[in-house]
Amino acid sequence: MSQAEKSRSVPLREIAHARAGDKGNISSVALFVFDPRHYEAVRAQVTPQRLRAAFGGVLRGEIARYELERLHGFNFVMTEALEGGVNSSLNLDSHGKSWSYLLLSLEVEVEV
Amino acid sequence: MSRPLRIGTGAGFSADRLDPAVDLVARGALDYIVFECLGERTLAFAHRDRLRDPEQGYNKLLETRFRALLPLCADNGTRVITNMGAANPRAAALRTLEVAGALGLKHCKVACVEGDDVTARIDGDTELPELGTTVGKLGQSLVAANAYIGADALLPALAAGADVVIAGRVADPSLFLAPLRHAFGWREDDWQKMGAGTAVGHLLECAAQVTGGYFADPGIKPVENLAYVGFPIAEVAPDGAAVITKLPDTGGCVTLHTVKEQLLYEIHDPARYFTPDVVADFSTTRLSEDGPDRVRVTGAGGRPRPEALKVTLAFDGGSLAEAEVSCAGPGARNRARLAGEIVRERMTHLHGYGGALRIDLIGVSALHGTAVERPVDTEDVRLRAALRSLRDEDAELLLWEVESLLCCGPAGGGGFRGHITPSVVTHSAYLPREQVQTRVEMFEA
Repeated sequence: MSQAEKSRSVPLREIAHARAGDKGNISSVALFVFDPRHYEAVRAQVTPQRLRAAFGGVLRGEIARYELERLHGFNFVMTEALEGGVNSSLNLDSHGKSWSYLLLSLEVEVEV
Repeated sequence: MSRPLRIGTGAGFSADRLDPAVDLVARGALDYIVFECLGERTLAFAHRDRLRDPEQGYNKLLETRFRALLPLCADNGTRVITNMGAANPRAAALRTLEVAGALGLKHCKVACVEGDDVTARIDGDTELPELGTTVGKLGQSLVAANAYIGADALLPALAAGADVVIAGRVADPSLFLAPLRHAFGWREDDWQKMGAGTAVGHLLECAAQVTGGYFADPGIKPVENLAYVGFPIAEVAPDGAAVITKLPDTGGCVTLHTVKEQLLYEIHDPARYFTPDVVADFSTTRLSEDGPDRVRVTGAGGRPRPEALKVTLAFDGGSLAEAEVSCAGPGARNRARLAGEIVRERMTHLHGYGGALRIDLIGVSALHGTAVERPVDTEDVRLRAALRSLRDEDAELLLWEVESLLCCGPAGGGGFRGHITPSVVTHSAYLPREQVQTRVEMFEA
């Protein structure tokens, strides 16, 4: 089988769920896979580098990723990611509550 | 106490619903109900209220909540702990006494916890480490400063038999750790217990966010009867192991998924969650299903508490001006875009406004617009313009410019709305904990 037949591309939202929080100008997004079998694929593909490349317009600072294998999840902590923070941002969503779905809009390759 | 302690959440933010709290006290056989109602901005605005009127500065729903709940709490032996005191816990406690008196509740003991307001300790030399500067060099007008105080500040009130404990800037999970320490006699340096109790508090502090609120995504994460989502209950054993659940016949759900999302909510390093009580470690937490709408939580740990307390300083942030107008039908996107260009041109070049000006096309690129603009085919677009300024005239000018589009802008624009809201900016400082002295005052109706 070719690579294309062994894996398929899916929106992250179909295999994972997420919630965003804020503290000052730091956004944190916790991301969990529904099925533990997808943990490795997400770990390999949803990296800080990828987030910076995809969303550099808003995720302007450092991105740290904490791996929580026992919870089948990850915590992304992103500095300078809220356009100044809830009290300074001019974004309608000044808390960055919708950043969870920014991450979930990524596509990932999973094994069929 | 050897049986599990039953703690419920009555509010997870300042404007949270009342009916789930009433239901919890009526049917939940609760030992305690906790109302967590304070955020950085909420507290700053409460300080402004207090500056205008010394009798104000506490949560605006306090009376509404207590009129509905205090009789039920008295009937069911449920004690209340809250940070609804905000910038004025004493006024909140006195108002609570009046409410209790008017309801005919005899011998209702109300405790007021103070000492978190450290505004007097802040001066020009106070460092703001996250900004790498000092309050003096920042040059902004300080509204107030509050230290995050811990569970220990509440313990004397519980020991004195308070039915209602009213505080200000207690750290959110500490509101829940306090009754656990009081009931089980946990020592303040039993770091594992402090961590376990903090995990329970963290899971409960946002109320419905652990019972299916803020979770539903139709087709992916369905939640039943979300309109009547129940608020959470924790059944906590003397060793700190807990079950998170909710009342039967309420909406929402308690699952591994809802509990995981809340466990890491607004956490940075899951192995080092700093509170006034402990540096909690949630990375070792174990979750397991314990029947329908029941999730068992064990394994959280902790290390010695930080020596310094975090302080939130609020500064005057001027005014936030937001003005909107809509376009719909064929060409809506381009007409709205043109409207935005006109506003930017006139604000910048005609009026000489030099600050940040945000232009969003709601429906096309607004919330995620700064990060990514996706091609969409929409014929219903709302232009939003926003700025923040210390000068009221800038705010008023923006509203005028957007409203004037109704005759001078692109075709078919309608539905103008504009509003100006006062704004605060918050920054963090740290104080040695011995400089923050808390005190409890008891009142009886």
